Amino acid sequence: MKKVKVAIIGPGNIGSDLMYKVFRSDFLEMAYMAGIVESEGIKRARQFGVKTTIEGIDPILEEEDIKIVFDATSAKAHLAHAPRLKAANKIAIDLTPAAVGPYVVPCVNLDKLSKEVNFNMVTCGGQATVPIAYAINRAADSEYTEIVSCIASKSAGPGTRANIDEFTETTAKALETLGGADRGKAIIILNPAEPPIMMTNTIHSIVRKPDEDAIKESVYDIIRQIQKYVPGYRLRTPPILDGNKVTVIVEVEGAGDFLPKYSGNLDIINAAAIEVAEKIAKERFL
Amino acid sequence: MNRKIHLIDTTLRDGSHAVSHSFTKEQVKEIAKGLDEAGVDIIEISHGDGLAGSSINYGFSQTSEMELLKEASRIVKSAKLGALLLPGIGTIRDLEEAYENGVTAVRVATHVTEADIAIQHIKAAKERNMFTVGFLMMTHMAAPEKILEQARIFEDCGVDYVNLADSAGHLLPDEVKARISLLNEKLSVPVGFHAHNNLGLAIANSIAAIEEGAQYIDATCRGLGAGAGNCQEEVFVAVLNRLGYETGVDLFKILDVAEKIVEPVMKHPQIIDTDSLMLGYCGVYSSFLLHAKRAAKRFGLDAKDILIELGRRKMVGGQEDMIVDVAYMLSQKEKAGK
Repeated sequence: MKKVKVAIIGPGNIGSDLMYKVFRSDFLEMAYMAGIVESEGIKRARQFGVKTTIEGIDPILEEEDIKIVFDATSAKAHLAHAPRLKAANKIAIDLTPAAVGPYVVPCVNLDKLSKEVNFNMVTCGGQATVPIAYAINRAADSEYTEIVSCIASKSAGPGTRANIDEFTETTAKALETLGGADRGKAIIILNPAEPPIMMTNTIHSIVRKPDEDAIKESVYDIIRQIQKYVPGYRLRTPPILDGNKVTVIVEVEGAGDFLPKYSGNLDIINAAAIEVAEKIAKERFL
Repeated sequence: MNRKIHLIDTTLRDGSHAVSHSFTKEQVKEIAKGLDEAGVDIIEISHGDGLAGSSINYGFSQTSEMELLKEASRIVKSAKLGALLLPGIGTIRDLEEAYENGVTAVRVATHVTEADIAIQHIKAAKERNMFTVGFLMMTHMAAPEKILEQARIFEDCGVDYVNLADSAGHLLPDEVKARISLLNEKLSVPVGFHAHNNLGLAIANSIAAIEEGAQYIDATCRGLGAGAGNCQEEVFVAVLNRLGYETGVDLFKILDVAEKIVEPVMKHPQIIDTDSLMLGYCGVYSSFLLHAKRAAKRFGLDAKDILIELGRRKMVGGQEDMIVDVAYMLSQKEKAGK
């Protein structure tokens, strides 16, 4: 079967895990891994027979066959990459907080972005909680939605740690723009327990129509949608209503591709990025 | 005369937990005025979980903390006006707003092993010339050497002192000593301590900290705070007077603030009940107390059982959402048992 060639810029933990996920894809072919220094990630890609470069984005831009590029670098780097990828007619899937393109959470709004060329993957917490926020809102009309994401300390990389406000601010915005709440708020907690905890996410919402059956049906439906691309996504506590307040708790176990299973936070953002890439591959190139 | 001990009053911050974040402008004005006149070093005012803590998860503030800070800033003359910030809950934007409302001291708090998430906030505070403190919570969960490693991250960012919190009120005096003495010996900045009274040791632990060189101690009037409360300030001042330490706080003025202004706003007596004792015994974050009591009522459980399970799961500060998770699980188990 014909596959669409993709490249990954940024061979760190995220980039390496993405590579493993591309290997498993029926629609994507791992064509290029780009870094800026000789690194473990570059070596790893090479060992798998993937073409690599340490000259950054430039060599990728010259490869006409590469249609989709995952950017797992930094916000600053993606701001520089984005216009060049666009000029070279490549679809950009942005895993940084740059937000050049619109936020995308596959089960919520991927269908509405059929002409887009740059997709921003929000945050790991956004991928885990926006679908539930969206499901509650469509059934019950949310005035305010607040989420608490708890991730294992070992699974919070230096980028997240150095700019934790980016997580809270971006996720809160996505709860409003995609989740449909009038107002959103996000909280992130790092827990160092050993063995490392699974990523746990609590979604609280204050709603105008607290219809328990409608909320449950809507939430169960969206969970089935997410599980199609994140098999380790599970409901821990079903929707609990307390007056006009709804609480749902979910956990995310990673697929264990390259990163350990407790890194559900990194798994879900990568799994979502692959879902976006596969859909584009099928619709636009295959 | 022994050296000077700086008192950080957190009645209007940790005490906020005990009144479910219901402080009014009037109450804050009166309490802050009394504290300022009594001579405390810093008056900390924020939601109990720090700036922007007002939420479903931690409870909404009845009056926004920014309004409370603005009121207090008009009244406080000698003390520094302080705020608490927990990265992951509050952001630099919240810090800026607090600064604009008159805050001159900020304490940036993280779990004891996660100091590096506070670097950007500490730097932002230093850029504004604020008195800036690195604050490690739940210090019973790490060994002294690990705490030192984390404190050094704060030291490297230029904090004015490093504060260790026994957020669960779990530490024994010797455990406090081991932590404070190592930091006091190795760090170039002073060390402080924040106690909870869940095992009845808040005063004793604060004294233990001072004996090992701590220069900054957190206290609240009537001990008002999360769990069984904090180091009771008026008692502590009396004890320090007897020990011969200088605090700059007038004992009779602080007694009046505690009795005449703070006590009337308390919603329940600050005692060590069974549930708060469990916090200390199991090493659970003190502010879980009232949330666990509420969840116990709602799910028909004993709050003690919820707290024990939270301790077993090694939950850290801010994970109040897991109270519902545990309560739901326990109630399902109970149903299955029947």
